[in-house]
Amino acid sequence: MADAAITAGTVARPNYGSMSRDRRWALRWSYFFLVLFAIFFLMPPIYMLITSLKTSQEISAAGNPWWIYDPTLENYIELLTQNHYLTFFRNSAIVSVCVVALTMLISVIAAFALARMKFWGSATLATGVFLTYLIPETLLFIPLFKMFAWVNETLGIQLMNHWWTLIILYPTLTVPFCTWIMIGYFASIPKELDEAALIDGATWTQTLTKIFIPVALPGIIAATIFAFTVSWAQFLYPLAFTTSATELVLPVGIITTLIKGDVFNWGQIMTGALLGAAPPLVIYAFLMDYYIAGLTAGATKG
Amino acid sequence: MADIAARGPTATVGDSRSSLHKLMQRKSTIAFLMALPLILLVLILVAYPAGYAVYLATLNKGMTRFVGFGNFEFLFGRETFWMVVYQSCLFAITAVIFKAIIGFVVAHFVHNIPSKGQRKWRGMLLVPWVIPPAMSTLAWLWLFDPSYSAINWILAHLGIAAVPWTGEADWARFSVILVNVWIGSPFFMIMYLAALKSVPDQLYEAASIDGATWWQRIWYVTLPMMRNIIAITALFSLIVTFANFDIVRVLTAGGPLNSTHIFGTWAFRVGIESGDIPLGASVSLFMVPILAVAATFILRDITKRGSEV
Repeated sequence: MADAAITAGTVARPNYGSMSRDRRWALRWSYFFLVLFAIFFLMPPIYMLITSLKTSQEISAAGNPWWIYDPTLENYIELLTQNHYLTFFRNSAIVSVCVVALTMLISVIAAFALARMKFWGSATLATGVFLTYLIPETLLFIPLFKMFAWVNETLGIQLMNHWWTLIILYPTLTVPFCTWIMIGYFASIPKELDEAALIDGATWTQTLTKIFIPVALPGIIAATIFAFTVSWAQFLYPLAFTTSATELVLPVGIITTLIKGDVFNWGQIMTGALLGAAPPLVIYAFLMDYYIAGLTAGATKG
Repeated sequence: MADIAARGPTATVGDSRSSLHKLMQRKSTIAFLMALPLILLVLILVAYPAGYAVYLATLNKGMTRFVGFGNFEFLFGRETFWMVVYQSCLFAITAVIFKAIIGFVVAHFVHNIPSKGQRKWRGMLLVPWVIPPAMSTLAWLWLFDPSYSAINWILAHLGIAAVPWTGEADWARFSVILVNVWIGSPFFMIMYLAALKSVPDQLYEAASIDGATWWQRIWYVTLPMMRNIIAITALFSLIVTFANFDIVRVLTAGGPLNSTHIFGTWAFRVGIESGDIPLGASVSLFMVPILAVAATFILRDITKRGSEV
């Protein structure tokens, strides 16, 4: 707000001194480059939309690829009525919702314990949780692959090639970060607040549900969004651990079923990718501030 | 909480000490139980597999015999391995540098414009980060298509010959980095924008009064004030980029001729697709040194800031 006032002041002021002239030129250049960058950043999603509205004849024709001569919803109808696309979408939705619920349950409770109810080794554990967040899934998928085989041999539970296996796996990607940012949010709540509750005779559960969760709600929303986008976008684990068409989730499903050998059905692939990108984009459009809060919290909190 | 507990005995006096002790014990037990799901998750699905990877890397292909450093020796003798090492470093370092530069520049432009328009621009410019990488890489794959490339169509109209985006080794290396920069620079932009907002305006006013040029303002005011956030964002991104999988897998699948494989994708090719789990585990373990270095720096920064607060 403060810099808005300053900017407005400088622009409105009559033309004297080089500072306001400089300022105006800086503003013009800023807009110029912002437009260039916006074109670069938005070109692929826009091209997805353009391609998704074309017929396959038009896609393979030699005309202008950036223009739709004969708009059609053919790709959308075909994708949503045939193929396994709806199955992928359903699998993705179930997995993501379960993972979000599980993640928030584990991380909010653990973060509360780590932020307020210090116990032996709790500080080390908080650091350890953060370190876990830095271990990438590309390091873990091979040993996990072998562990699943072992589970199948000894316990007789087949974990491979089931979409619900992903519900067990994804929390490893979401819980550490969510716990970390929840610790940050909980730690920023003044101690007086829960001391007052304790004096009034509140139990730990009441302190958590009646005070911490309501007060840290923005943090919880940010963490929820983070958990959802991570589990919706995860690609490596489903690629490694699921194969049959009924068990796939979105990103892998599009790539393995719509690309048949060397035949790329680009109209449908782009439609599928665009619809697959829609849920995170919709959430982002409505909850942008929480999304960004979650993004920046990782490095600025704590 | 600790001070309440400490004040307790003096207030209630005498023999309540044992019950207080019990209460303390109960509190920490409850706390431990509350953190238990987290601990189990981390131990079973992160810590154990990480250790298990080291063990796996010492076995032969059939996983029947201990071969010590045999897999590593085998890798060191293979040309492809050194290509993967080279490509991983090139990919991660170049991509992070360009992401940081573009993020910084864009953040500056957004910061420059009147703040009522900033929200809109920020929202638009973050879109590449929001789309799942596998999906947006598909769009790039289509933009780079050898026969129908929409980018080449534009280039042709500008009189530039068609570019083999994913067909030739060096262009393919460029393409995977380009896509990574496209996906990652909005994240840097957001982080730097948040940091820019925290630089007090008075510093810039003072610099202007002293006659500083815009370049001097950036060099002597902005950069020193943002040093921490620049470092930590770059380290985070280095880890993520180094361990990348989606982009390379979808865009080139490591081709042409393994020239764009990085550790993650090559480990997948060797370990899962070719079925040599120990060798795949060995490949992925080569990510550990650089991750450890980056993690150490991040952790140092965090503990330092923790002690300041």
